[in-house]
Amino acid sequence: MTQTETTPAADRGAAVIDVQNLHKYFGDNEVLKGIDFHIARGEVVCVIGPSGSGKSTLLRCVNLLEEPTSGTILVDGDEITDPDADVDALRARIGMVFQQFNLFPHMTVLRNLTVAQEKVLKRGKAESLEIARTNLEKVGLSDKADAYPAHLSGGQQQRVAIARALSMNPDMMLFDEPTSALDPELVGDVLAVMKDLAAEGMTMMVVTHEMSFAREVADKVVFMDGGVIVEEGLPADVLGNPQHERTQEFLARVL
Amino acid sequence: MTDAAVVPKKRMSPRKRAALVRYIQYAVLVLVIVALALVADWGEIRRAFADLDIASQLFPDVILIALKNTIFYTACGFAFGLALGLVLALMRLSSVGPYRWISTGIIELFRGLPALVVFLVLGLGLSLAFGVQPSNLTIVTLALGLVGGAYMAETIRAGIQAVPKGQYEAARTLGMTHTRAMVTIVIPQAFRIILPPLTNELILLTKDSSLVYILGLSLDEYELTAFGREAMNANANLTPMVTIALCYLLITVPLSIVVRRMEAKSGRAR
Repeated sequence: MTQTETTPAADRGAAVIDVQNLHKYFGDNEVLKGIDFHIARGEVVCVIGPSGSGKSTLLRCVNLLEEPTSGTILVDGDEITDPDADVDALRARIGMVFQQFNLFPHMTVLRNLTVAQEKVLKRGKAESLEIARTNLEKVGLSDKADAYPAHLSGGQQQRVAIARALSMNPDMMLFDEPTSALDPELVGDVLAVMKDLAAEGMTMMVVTHEMSFAREVADKVVFMDGGVIVEEGLPADVLGNPQHERTQEFLARVL
Repeated sequence: MTDAAVVPKKRMSPRKRAALVRYIQYAVLVLVIVALALVADWGEIRRAFADLDIASQLFPDVILIALKNTIFYTACGFAFGLALGLVLALMRLSSVGPYRWISTGIIELFRGLPALVVFLVLGLGLSLAFGVQPSNLTIVTLALGLVGGAYMAETIRAGIQAVPKGQYEAARTLGMTHTRAMVTIVIPQAFRIILPPLTNELILLTKDSSLVYILGLSLDEYELTAFGREAMNANANLTPMVTIALCYLLITVPLSIVVRRMEAKSGRAR
């Protein structure tokens, strides 16, 4: 469970997330058309692509918020697509941050951070509070512990959402366009928290439109379009010298 | 008005015309009230509706028995109805087909029947079906609960569906089971949303509790309407009805105020 060993090597044995031949249909619409994809421990992978390319669906399949139509997903060697897999235990090990924050509006910030620790991990009150406060401090919001989410800015809410996920001591974190709903001046604070996390060796899968973040922080960039992975590799290669025509077109539009 | 004098042919501006129409309405309203006040026989009204001697005889029983029983019957019926409504709502939202059908059937049945019919069927039917005569309190609780629960089920279902899907997803992502996510995250938020319609339902049940008279009550079981009706007949006077009307308002008006406070409070937290 230690995140100290950083092995950017992409051999299958070290993969924490291993997606094999994943297909996903919404009705007749094939959103994912056979995805092979893996993330090694401690790796930061940014998934980019136009809207409707299937990148969010791929991310949501990794913790089974979307049920894959076919294919295999291994997390830490456990096959989560197996009908016998304990999905709730799996999800507790994978932190997730949403575009819309999804903080619980009827609870204070501190309660947002402790509720799942107590109810899911069965931690005691004192222990959960301590872990919650540590993580709030980490995202720089110790002074907001007793506030309700509605009283925070979008950027603050997203940092609380990250702290909430971290309070479960996850092995890896999924980010679904974490800065897309934020005012431009608030994006920096959230990205800074994510950079710190990456520097600590957290395994991260980030669906994002922030190309500069991808270039600076990612170990690997994956470009998706039309439900397939078009191109993947080092950020410098994919973003700086894209080989595929569709990647070139996309980057020309967003950069 | 000076404008009108300078340009006599010009029509009034829409705003001035609206103001004039409003003043005319006020004037008509005042005239109607004055006319009614002049025509009415105030002496007779006071004798029939506000006889203080008769009113004073009603106390303290109107409070200690009638008001108490109305509140008690309503509370029992509402508690059962709320629990039933929640169960029916969750069944309605279930992915299990038979649950949905059963719940839809119960909701349609008890929403469609007059409450009086439900009281009668339960009051007579339970003893025929099971051979034991349940107490009047049991029948009130069941009848009010079934009728109220059927309405509340639809309200609760709408409230649950009004909680953004992301809330449920966030809860599941943190490792909560479906049940845990519903109990801890979704349902508390749903109840905030539906607090006003639920209060409405409570007020409706308060009034429906008067239907219990159909069961035949002993004196200490009288609720407000039965009590008022009895006293009205005994005195051949409407004063008891005015008294119990005020008692009903004594329940419903504070209720509205409390809920408005609660709404304001949860509004701050949202």
